Amino acid sequence: MPDRRLIVLFALAVSAMLAFMTVGLRGNLAFVLELRGLKLLALLQVAISIAMSTILFQTVTANRILTPSIMGLDALYLLGQTAMIFSLGGLGYAALGGGWKFTSEVLLMMLLAMALLWPLLRSRTEVNLMLLAGVTLSLLFRSLTQLLSRLLDPNAFAVVQTSSFANFNAIQTDMNLFGTAVTLAAALLCWRARHVLDIIGLGREAAIGLGVNWTKAIAALLLLVSVQVAISTALVGPVAFFGLLVSALAERIMPTHRHGLLLPAAALIAIILLVSGQTLLEYALDGASALGIVIEFVGGLVFLFLLFFGSRK
Amino acid sequence: MIVIENVSLTYRGTPILKDIDLSIPKGGITALIGPNGAGKSSLLSLIARLQPIQTGAITVDDLSVASTPSRKLARHLAILRQEGAVASRLTVRELVGFGRYPHHQGRPGSEDLAHVDAALDEFDLKPLSHRFIDTLSGGQRQRAMVAMTFCQATDYMLLDEPLNNLDIFHARQLMRLLRRIADERRRTAIVVLHDINQAAAYADRIVAMRNGRVIAQGAPEEVLNVAVLEEIFGYRMQVERMHGKPQVLHHI
Repeated sequence: MPDRRLIVLFALAVSAMLAFMTVGLRGNLAFVLELRGLKLLALLQVAISIAMSTILFQTVTANRILTPSIMGLDALYLLGQTAMIFSLGGLGYAALGGGWKFTSEVLLMMLLAMALLWPLLRSRTEVNLMLLAGVTLSLLFRSLTQLLSRLLDPNAFAVVQTSSFANFNAIQTDMNLFGTAVTLAAALLCWRARHVLDIIGLGREAAIGLGVNWTKAIAALLLLVSVQVAISTALVGPVAFFGLLVSALAERIMPTHRHGLLLPAAALIAIILLVSGQTLLEYALDGASALGIVIEFVGGLVFLFLLFFGSRK
Repeated sequence: MIVIENVSLTYRGTPILKDIDLSIPKGGITALIGPNGAGKSSLLSLIARLQPIQTGAITVDDLSVASTPSRKLARHLAILRQEGAVASRLTVRELVGFGRYPHHQGRPGSEDLAHVDAALDEFDLKPLSHRFIDTLSGGQRQRAMVAMTFCQATDYMLLDEPLNNLDIFHARQLMRLLRRIADERRRTAIVVLHDINQAAAYADRIVAMRNGRVIAQGAPEEVLNVAVLEEIFGYRMQVERMHGKPQVLHHI
C-alpha cells in the first residue's frame, strides 16, 4: 500500500499539472493546449531528473548538502556542449539534430564525469573537502567554457549563450520525444536501484559485507546521475539549488531512509514546485519574474540554512 | 574452515601483515588478541574482502575470497566493523532487516521476516524494535549491529572489537550471547578482543598477533601464559587460574 503522504503529494502534483494546462486559457484552444502540453512534458522531465539525480548523488556521497550541480556536473555538461560547438561550428552543431546532439553530449559528459569525479567519490572524502573540490571544479568548467566561447565566432557564440542560463520560459522542445524516453529509462533504473541505494546508505564497509559490489555500483550510479543532469541542463540550463531544495523538503516530509519512498516523494515535490511555480509566474502573474530566479533564491537560502544549522546525515 | 595462506599487506610502504599462515576451524569462538597496530583488524577486513588481497590467498569453506562474487560470499560470511556512524533515520527493525539483504536482494519473504523476528528475540531487542538508531544508548546500538550481523545467517561472523564502548554489564551480556549462538546454532565467530580475560573466559581458540605476525595460537590455556603474553604485549604480567580458566592480571 502506498504511503499516505505520497498520495497527498501525488494529488498536489496532478492538480498543479491541471492548473498549468487550464489557467488563463485564451485564443486558439488546440494550439495553446499543444504548446502547454509540450512545455509541461519538458518541465516534468526536468523535475524528475533533478530530483532523482540529487537523491542518488547524496546517497552515494553520504551527505545531505552536496548536489550534482554544486559539484559542477551541469557546468561540465555546458563545457562539453561548448566544446562540441567549438569543434563542429555553430552550423555543424545545429545540423546534428536533437537526438544525435543530445546523445553525443551525454556520452561526452559521462566520460568527463568519470574521469574527474570518480577519484573523488571512490574514497568518500570528507564533506568539506568534496564541497571545496566541487566549487573549484565547477569554477574551472565555467572558466573553460568561457574561454572556449571567447574563441567562437559570434554566430556560434549565440548558440552557446542561449543554453548557459536557466530559462524555464524558453524550454528546448526539439528533443521532447527522445528526452522523454531517456528520462523514463533513467527514472526506471533509479527505481530499480532503490534497494541497493538503501544498502549503500549504510556505508562502504557495511555494504560490501552485505554483498554489494561497491565499485561497480558507485560507478553505475554516477553514470546515471550524469545522464539525468544532462537531461535537465539540456532542457532548461543549469539550476544550482533546485535539487537541494527538493531533497531537503523530501527528507522532512518523509522521515525515512528508504529510497522506495524518498525517490517518488522527491520527484513529486519537484513536479509540484516547478509546475505550480511556472503556472503562477507565467500565467497568473503574466511573467512578473522568471521561475529560475525565484527557485535559485529559495534554494540558495535552504543551502545556507543547511550549512549553518547542519543536517542529519 | 577459513584458510589464510601467505598473506602479506603493505600500506604506503609500511608492512601491516607479514606472511600470515593461519587456519581457523569451523565452529566455536576464535578470539584475535594483540596490541594496537598488530594487524588484527586488517586481517579481518582482508578475510571479509573489504580491501583487496595484495599477496597470498584466503578461502572460506573453499570459496576464494578474491574471486567469489561478493553476493555469494555475503551468504557465507558476515562482518561487523567498528565504525560508529550509521544512517540515523533507521529503526532497529529496519537495521536488523538489512542483514537479510544478501538473501532476498530487496524483497523480503516470510522466511526473512521470521529470521528478523528471531534475531530481535535473541538479542532482546523486541521492545526497541521501532526506536530510531540514534535514540539508542551505545550498548543498545552495538547489540542492534551484532543482531544485524547475526541475522545475515552466515556460517562465519567476523566481529571487530564488538566490546568497544560497552560497560562491563553489556560486555558480559554480549559475550554470553555469542557463546550461546556458537553453541546452540553452530555458528563460527571470529572476534577481535582487547580484554584478554573475556577471550580467556569465552573463546575456544585464541590467535595472538604482534607487528603483523601470528605469535601464538591455540586453546586459551596454551596461549595465555607469562612467556607468550610478554612477547605480545612487551611486559610481564601475572597469570592465575580461576575455575579452571586462565586469569591475566594485566592491569597491575
